[in-house]
Amino acid sequence: MKTTYREAMRAALRDAMKRDERVFLMGEDVGRYGGSFAVSLGLLEEFGPDRIRDTPLSESGFVGAGIGAALGGMRPVVEIMTVNFSLLALDQIINNAATLLHMSGGQFNVPIVIRMTTGAGRQLGAQHSHSLEGWYAHIPGLRILAPATLADARGMLWTALQDPDPVLIFEHGSLYNVAGELDDDAGAVDIDKATLLREGDAITLITYGGTLPLVLEAAEQLDGEGIDADVIDLRTLRPLDAHTIMDSVARTHRAVVVDEGWRSGSISAEIAARICEQAFFDLDAPVERVCSLEVPVPYAKHLEQAALPSVERVMAAARRAVGAGG
Amino acid sequence: MTTLRSQGIPDAEHAVHLLRQMLRVRRLEEKCIELYSAAKIRGFLHVYIGEEAVAAGVMEALEPEDAVVATYREHGHALLRGVSAGAILAEMYGHAEGCCRGRGGSMHLFDAATRFYGGNAIVVSGLPLAVGLALADRMAGRQRVTVCFFGEGAVAEGEFHESMNLAALWQLPVLFCCENNLYAMGTALGRSESQTDIALKADGYEISAWAVDGMDVLAVEEAARRAVDAVRSGGGPHFLELRTYRFRAHSMFDPELYREKSEVTRWMERDPISLLRAAMQAAGQLPEKDWAALQADVDAEISTAVGFAENGTPEPVSELSRFVYSDRPDDASAGGGGPEERGTTAGKGGAAG
Ligand SMILES: Cc1ncc(C[n+]2csc(CCOP(=O)(O)OP(=O)(O)O)c2C)c(N)n1
Repeated sequence: MKTTYREAMRAALRDAMKRDERVFLMGEDVGRYGGSFAVSLGLLEEFGPDRIRDTPLSESGFVGAGIGAALGGMRPVVEIMTVNFSLLALDQIINNAATLLHMSGGQFNVPIVIRMTTGAGRQLGAQHSHSLEGWYAHIPGLRILAPATLADARGMLWTALQDPDPVLIFEHGSLYNVAGELDDDAGAVDIDKATLLREGDAITLITYGGTLPLVLEAAEQLDGEGIDADVIDLRTLRPLDAHTIMDSVARTHRAVVVDEGWRSGSISAEIAARICEQAFFDLDAPVERVCSLEVPVPYAKHLEQAALPSVERVMAAARRAVGAGG
Repeated sequence: MTTLRSQGIPDAEHAVHLLRQMLRVRRLEEKCIELYSAAKIRGFLHVYIGEEAVAAGVMEALEPEDAVVATYREHGHALLRGVSAGAILAEMYGHAEGCCRGRGGSMHLFDAATRFYGGNAIVVSGLPLAVGLALADRMAGRQRVTVCFFGEGAVAEGEFHESMNLAALWQLPVLFCCENNLYAMGTALGRSESQTDIALKADGYEISAWAVDGMDVLAVEEAARRAVDAVRSGGGPHFLELRTYRFRAHSMFDPELYREKSEVTRWMERDPISLLRAAMQAAGQLPEKDWAALQADVDAEISTAVGFAENGTPEPVSELSRFVYSDRPDDASAGGGGPEERGTTAGKGGAAG
């Protein structure tokens, strides 16, 4: 079936709402407006205002209410328009959702799913272009998902809802319109493992979410230059599937990590460190990283593009790693 | 404002019960101070001494299926909700027998059996949770009430206003209990709020709100029953501003430079325990020997609890990474980074009692 990332997300929500009456969607403009990215368009008519619940502009209030509802036995899906607004709800996400199970000595699960849009590339300026998923991946008690493919857009939500712990799903804003083929019977997917999307033997390209398409394109072009790349889609940033990374690095002996977050203290820093800890003697070259430049993301198109990871920067890093110049 | 005297005393049995409840909290916390001074328990310790009438009165209005959310000054709320003094003290000892197996401490008491949801060290942070618990009940069509306790310091925070608005907008079954003890650490209400009438703020969100003498356990109980009944019967959120006072410092680290001793002394003349006791005596309800027996009883409960905590076992370090994520049947095969990332599977199955 031909579909888009947005439609796959919507199908996942519809499916979850039908399968479990405890599931409801809550957030700003998810109802009448149809979702600020049109993900929930039409769901209000189908499920009514109790389950497709518009909220006021109260990120901390409604995220906290979602956590409370999860404690009370519901299965809330809370949508935060974009990751930048999630900062207003950090108290609830980090001080409550992530800690309650542990602090209560295992008595209180928080089975909430929080979805939000992340990423830059649409000329929205610094305050709407953050990629903070790696930051959230710092927090024990949270599970961090970054669906990059149609199959994951369709399948991760249901698995996340089965998880007894809080799950944050980061949807890159540039992916919603991505179209492609999805199996008619596509459904829930595993959220524990990274996937090897492309196999090569010269280098391992590691990425997730919004940068996956450009990494795949870079791999295609590198192939033309005789550099055959493994491409790993991490899918889950916490807990990280280190096995898939190390298995690949053991074969290719080189790695480039591509991450739209800023380099300092990023998820790419964590991955590079783990490769050094766990696969140092497999390496034939230093681990390369392609991240956003360390500036608030600018508005002007040429400046924004220069700040973000690109096919060219990924290719240059790969060439350096294999000693092919560039 | 009603007073004990003007209201008359309820039947002797109930009056004794209320007196006992307040005394249990008082003695538990006096013991906490002692244990803290002896370095048996550590961390932040905030006692409720002087405010006992609030928890004692409100808890009377609740049913077992209701939920309670509280702050870091919550020993009394936990105890009166039904968590044993032993489990509370063992928690402060960091023992496995503690109500959170030593992971919570004084500020983070939780208990699933009595639906006691904290224990929250972040001022105001429990309010959105209470709204959500009430939302879950509302959506599931259950007639339960969620009661949320917080200090007047919380009303300056954004989450307070977000929570008032959501609760009123969605007509949720939640009772907000603001324990107005006039100080947020060292900051007097008038130094932090442009509008110091707190009930009026709730009123601004179309929430039925009224102020109650928080030193008068009978007045608190009556107000709480009225509010809880209204909430339970579908009347939407309600709000009580309970005017009270803490007799002790904010925490064990507080040198109390911000208020006059004379002010404290004045308030201590309205000690909720003495107030009820005196009223009962005046009504001929509490012969000296009954009062002595009551005290002996409570003292025995607390000393048994101390013994229980003292003889507890430290939560083993091997259990450290449990409860970061839930134990799952297939945990061993779950992808990821081993014990640093996922809870170990050791000792699977036995959640805290
Ligand atoms: C969000 C937040 N800011 C600051 C603190 C530090 N702090 C702990 S208790 C307290 C005062 C709170 O006063 P109030 O809410 O009136 O409660 P009370 O202690 O009087 O019971 C402060 C400022 C905190 N715990 N949380």
